[in-house]
Amino acid sequence: MKEQIYLNNVVTLELDIDKCNGCMMCMTVCPHHVFESKNKKVEIINKDACMECGACEKNCAAKAITVRSGVGCAAGIIKGTLSGTEPCCGCGEKNKNKCC
Amino acid sequence: MNFIKKWINTDAGKIPVVNTSLDWTDNFGTIKARLTFGRMNYKVEPGIYAVGNPNSDSFVFVSANYKMSFDVLRSNLSGIDAWILVLDTDGINVWCAAGKGTFGTKEIVNRIKITGLEKIVNNRRLIVPQLGAPGVSFYDVKKFSSFSVTYGPVRASDIPEFIKSGMKATEDMRKVRFTLYDRVVLIPAEIVLGKTYLIYAAFVMFVLSGLNKNGYSVSLIFDKGVLSILNVLIAFFAGAAISPLLLPWLPGRSFSLKGFFTGIIGFIISYYCGLTGNNALKIFAWFLLFSSAVSFLTMNFTGASTYTSLSGVKKEMKYAVPMQIAGAISGLLIWAIK
Ligand code: SF4
Ligand code: SF4
Repeated sequence: MKEQIYLNNVVTLELDIDKCNGCMMCMTVCPHHVFESKNKKVEIINKDACMECGACEKNCAAKAITVRSGVGCAAGIIKGTLSGTEPCCGCGEKNKNKCC
Repeated sequence: MNFIKKWINTDAGKIPVVNTSLDWTDNFGTIKARLTFGRMNYKVEPGIYAVGNPNSDSFVFVSANYKMSFDVLRSNLSGIDAWILVLDTDGINVWCAAGKGTFGTKEIVNRIKITGLEKIVNNRRLIVPQLGAPGVSFYDVKKFSSFSVTYGPVRASDIPEFIKSGMKATEDMRKVRFTLYDRVVLIPAEIVLGKTYLIYAAFVMFVLSGLNKNGYSVSLIFDKGVLSILNVLIAFFAGAAISPLLLPWLPGRSFSLKGFFTGIIGFIISYYCGLTGNNALKIFAWFLLFSSAVSFLTMNFTGASTYTSLSGVKKEMKYAVPMQIAGAISGLLIWAIK
């Protein structure tokens, strides 16, 4: 089946190509193949597929990647809004994939 | 513990050897957890486990202490001699715990110390599931422990292939999916956990159904109330089951829009079952109620999906929630007055 893509032009993922050292770690950890190698560095080939999980940022030793990570979960956001905290689940293990 | 085969002695003490096949208690436990019964407490003890006949050069796989995560891993390690380092993630699965940071650098470093892993193995490699990466920083693990992290495939079922090819994952092994099967197994949890909405909605409809032009009538409740509860059930089923099933084929990208269309499906079902009445205004009220309620329920499925981003969900909620509220309130008003 074709890859499922969420909304266009919303994700906060940024790559600072000057800092990139071409270690390819981001390609390894990304579950949506957002990066592709190019000229011994990487480029973002599919930004809209990014789910802002934060794995790439966390594993880029060169600190070339920034993304505002969090859970894309409506119930978590509602909960966060009502209790005045960050959007997070705590909805307790609804399923095996993500927390909310 | 049904899954422990025997115990072996190591320099770090006695270690349980676990089965690589799941028996009926494991499978029954999975079914229960899928139905959310006792799910918050479906745990294994954090620590080190063995599969097969591992020695000091064997692989070390890292897992969460959610029993289902642990079961999926060990059942894919048959024929492999390995150690499993189970982190304390509070009984939460790898991906979810990684998002919260409980499956993370700090817990890995701590768990290595607590278990004495260094005394058990000579090799210094941890195979961490790729979906643990949002919580783990490979360079920090290296800095704060003597171990280095290798990210294994997304799905444990690819582990044998991953090892055979010399710890290389194909592009496909690195990608998460959201297949029909993935979505179907989530439906029971959607239904069980969404029941609060169901109860509230049914209650509101039941009480409001007594309203009429001349005030309040209890006999109306049994007339209108029963019909409306059937409609609530249809709407709930549409949001919790039809939306997940049809997700990729529903029009639009945002879940609230997809849910709007499932709401229309629910409305059509109700209409043909004669549950919407035959007054045009009332039918319209049901249309509003169905579309806004199912849109809301489907929007909540973003949390269970494997590809929605926080920024995206925030954006969609900004326009969808006011519309859902407006739709629901005007639907209720028209319906109650008619
Ligand atoms: S992880 Fe960072 S440094 Fe390495 S390739 Fe990706 S962006 Fe470049
Ligand atoms: S945040 Fe996650 S999904 Fe987005 S690019 Fe990074 S690793 Fe990929």
